Amino acid sequence: MNSNNNILVKLNNAGFRQSKKWLVEGVSLTVEKGKIVTLIGPNGSGKSTTAKIALGIYKNIEGSVEKYTTKVGYVPQKISIDWTLPIRVYDFMLLTETIEDSAIDEALSLTGVIHLKNKNLGSLSGGEFQRVLIARAISKKPELLVLDEPVQGVDYTGEIALYELIKKISDTLNCGILLISHDLHMVMTATDHVVCLNGHVCCSGSPIDVAKNNEYKALFGEKASQILTTYEHKHDHVHSDEGEIKKN
Amino acid sequence: MFDDFFIRALVAGIGIAFVTGPLGCFVVWRRLSYFGDTLAHSALLGVTMAYTFDLNIAISVFLISSVIALILIQLQKKTNLPGDALLGLLAHSSLAVGLVVIGFLTFIRFDIMGLLFGDILAVTTDDLFVIWTGGALILIVLKLIWKALLASTVNYELAEAEGLNPDRAKAIFTILMAAVIAISIKMVGLLLITGMLIIPAAMARNISDSPQKMVLFSIIGGLLSVILGLYSSLEFNTSSGPSIIAAALILFILSLFKIKQSIKLKN
Repeated sequence: MNSNNNILVKLNNAGFRQSKKWLVEGVSLTVEKGKIVTLIGPNGSGKSTTAKIALGIYKNIEGSVEKYTTKVGYVPQKISIDWTLPIRVYDFMLLTETIEDSAIDEALSLTGVIHLKNKNLGSLSGGEFQRVLIARAISKKPELLVLDEPVQGVDYTGEIALYELIKKISDTLNCGILLISHDLHMVMTATDHVVCLNGHVCCSGSPIDVAKNNEYKALFGEKASQILTTYEHKHDHVHSDEGEIKKN
Repeated sequence: MFDDFFIRALVAGIGIAFVTGPLGCFVVWRRLSYFGDTLAHSALLGVTMAYTFDLNIAISVFLISSVIALILIQLQKKTNLPGDALLGLLAHSSLAVGLVVIGFLTFIRFDIMGLLFGDILAVTTDDLFVIWTGGALILIVLKLIWKALLASTVNYELAEAEGLNPDRAKAIFTILMAAVIAISIKMVGLLLITGMLIIPAAMARNISDSPQKMVLFSIIGGLLSVILGLYSSLEFNTSSGPSIIAAALILFILSLFKIKQSIKLKN
């Protein structure tokens, strides 16, 4: 098979500007079937923006996005739901697509929240809600899964289990995953391709290549490239409001 | 069967309740109460246009309300005024312009009270046709955009990311709002239409735990309000629109007891 047939979404030199400020610019990346692409970078480096560009939420972008699938599952970074709407976990699972009850139960069981099926969405804790969000995204068996810090607020053991689940889903469904994560351990062990962002692409490649990269070391610290689990921020530059790079 | 004015009013009111129930839920969920009010106020202008150019009232109201909705969307894009100020501006100026135009139409006897508060005697067999076919069309279209509208009510970006086109759903919903006001203005009156949209839905919110249930209870609440309201208007010789809304209010007050119980259970 031609490898191009495996491409789900492709960003070509994409960028997005909001009220004259670049949120991110010059991003090129490709997500293919069965592969996990992870975006890493400090706060405000444009990770979520890049994900939203890939999803087509931002429309007036620089560069271009080629999308070859409509079966998309999305776990947003933050979601605020207005509780004037009465909605149970079960209703939420059916929000964007009609799926069978068995698929709903399976997804909720996989993320460990099947017991919350008939609870009101507003009564869940942050971690529980996060698990429901992941269950909703995977239950529709998407071809492209975009996960924006999917395990925030989840307890430590749950975090590991959920990352294992994400890896498993990528294998069993053969879906492409665009992941935003702060967990460098996960990034380095399960990811196929890493893109390190800081308003632009600092470096990208396989986890090992990125770990050896000097810009990565500058961004995450020497230790991160050695033991891969320490998360330490050392920036060699900051960005002005106009997006210019200022060396420290 | 439709010879009796009361039967006509009842059939008209039941048709309206079927439509205002589901639409009213979205009005409550999306915080559009004042938007509905603005469209209803602009309906007066639509009615005067109908008299001036001898058009069907429902069609004329529908057209004017749609135009006002489009003007609102443009003003929101081009000015820095907050949404509620723009709505107030459009609501009261279109009401005022409508009343001024009525002043010029001296050749027509105008029942302003009937227009503002609904008139049970005004419902004709033609109106029944407009209400039921228009209402059926509104419900069919709402069913088609239901998923996209509900998903974008919960979270716009989720709906957009997963390919549901929330902007289109929102635009269609705006047109449906203009349509429901157009078909119900004679019955409920332009000052009280928003009440018919909001009060049964608010009552339903108090006793529902899912979107579908809230829509169902909202329809039932609307139907009961129409039946109770119309019978009491016959009994006490009160005007139809206010009687229906008063009945809806009573149902809302009753629903508060249910909410109290469930809060007690939680504690």
